[in-house]
Amino acid sequence: MTDSAWIDAALTSARPQAVGALLRYFRDLDTAEEAYQNACLRALKSWPQNGPPRDPAAWLIMVGRNVAIDEVRRGRKQQPLPEDDQAISDLDDAEDALAERLDGSHYRDDILRLLFICCHPNLPATQQIALALRIVSGLTVKQIARAFLVSEAAMEQRITRAKARIADADVAFETPGAVERSERLAAVAAMIYLIFNEGYSASGDTAPIRAPLSEEAIRLARLLLRLFPSEPEIMGLTALLMLQHARSAARFDPAGELVLLDDQDRGLWNKTMIAEGLALIDKAMRHHRSGAYQIQAAIAALHCRADKPEDTDWKQIDLLYGALEVVQPSPVVTLNRAVAVSKARGPEAALEMIEPLAPRLANYFHFFGVRGALLMQLGRNDEAHVAFDRAIALANTSAEAAHIRMHLDRLMRDSRPGSTKKAGT
Amino acid sequence: MLYAILCYHDEDFVGSWSKEQDAAVMKKLAVVQDNLAKQGRLGPVARLLPTTAATTLRKEEPPLILDGPYAETKEQLLGFYLVDCKNLDEALDVARDLGAANPGGAYEIRPVGLFAPGSMAT
Repeated sequence: MTDSAWIDAALTSARPQAVGALLRYFRDLDTAEEAYQNACLRALKSWPQNGPPRDPAAWLIMVGRNVAIDEVRRGRKQQPLPEDDQAISDLDDAEDALAERLDGSHYRDDILRLLFICCHPNLPATQQIALALRIVSGLTVKQIARAFLVSEAAMEQRITRAKARIADADVAFETPGAVERSERLAAVAAMIYLIFNEGYSASGDTAPIRAPLSEEAIRLARLLLRLFPSEPEIMGLTALLMLQHARSAARFDPAGELVLLDDQDRGLWNKTMIAEGLALIDKAMRHHRSGAYQIQAAIAALHCRADKPEDTDWKQIDLLYGALEVVQPSPVVTLNRAVAVSKARGPEAALEMIEPLAPRLANYFHFFGVRGALLMQLGRNDEAHVAFDRAIALANTSAEAAHIRMHLDRLMRDSRPGSTKKAGT
Repeated sequence: MLYAILCYHDEDFVGSWSKEQDAAVMKKLAVVQDNLAKQGRLGPVARLLPTTAATTLRKEEPPLILDGPYAETKEQLLGFYLVDCKNLDEALDVARDLGAANPGGAYEIRPVGLFAPGSMAT
């Protein structure tokens, strides 16, 4: 690796810890970020000449702190009678802390706080994600704007607004207690899952542009798991993201159309990533403290463990969705369960299961897609036709609509006079 | 004499490599390995998954099972090579070549006392 690539990797990996510690000292996101940027600039000058420091994060924290304090001092000399000396007395405290050795004991809570600030309840989800990618991951505004398919100016504004809201909000800087820590952990996990889905739910032309979001989410999940190595739900979350992402090379055909699980070339699945996901879900299960991420990861694991679609353990998947319905009741979960039920117990049982969902999923594309497919399997072609038409009207992407049209074409073919095709084929 | 070359590195750092950087490092390492393999000196090689996937069993009574690696260290055991070398100098040469292909971290060079090749079909 070249020097500059080495420095890039060192700065990226040190970033969450360094910005997290600087935030603890300065208690202000902009000051912490600026201090980190200044430290990086010095690192780019100093490291190639003097060689890399043994602990890049500690180096960046020390230098970032010193530079920021010097700057405030200079500011103080230029303005001999500050109206508000609050900031300066805060810095004096920080200077005392500077003498404190960097023993890394704050490491965990620093990074958790940094992540937690980004998913502050005052922020809408889109701002949470953008802020986390900017502050924790260190992506440039340009990179984030590209991934979200918006202009750089719009993204800049989104991040500035998010920071302003954070500055107005109450942020706790003291070390959290056990209950608060676990609440923070849950909020951060949810945010990481959102980031992942931004990348995972993309299709067509935008999929390659947005895929880095999924990769970044996995990196953040791994980071969180290293901080909390015995939390089964964090193992579950990390496993879930890996098991989903491991299939990404097989999820789209060369034309960019979505390929369904049954039709994917399983040889394209990333075996190393699957191995890591399976290892994590195995570890999580040992704790006997089930949760939504673990159950979803266990479902994804059963898909990944099947070499061929027909090897899939649908009975087990049905049971797991049943467990997920208890932990996280939602019509969408029941709809997913119905797909497993149709494989394990037949389309009739599945149809019966989804009928009560109709009022709540009246505008949900997948509901009508699944319903149409089940009716088609039962040979109720006219009703299937109606369901598919409704699905096309509700499709969010051209890929979704194209997929339903394929079903419709098959229906038309089968219901042509003289066709002898029967139900269940 | 068989030597184990144990690879230690900061896994946060290695995890920050882009796919391209990772592939470039693996390609350079493969050149060193191929060279050893041609001389018939290369034994098993392993790259370990991150320590987050690790579980530790402490041999107490009853055994205590813990999440994570055995030791919490700044740099983690990320993989190993088994290499046939005449002496320490030769083993250090191999480690230097590997280090030139993949800078950063450290190699621990440990002579192997007993080596059972095993019967696993891979």
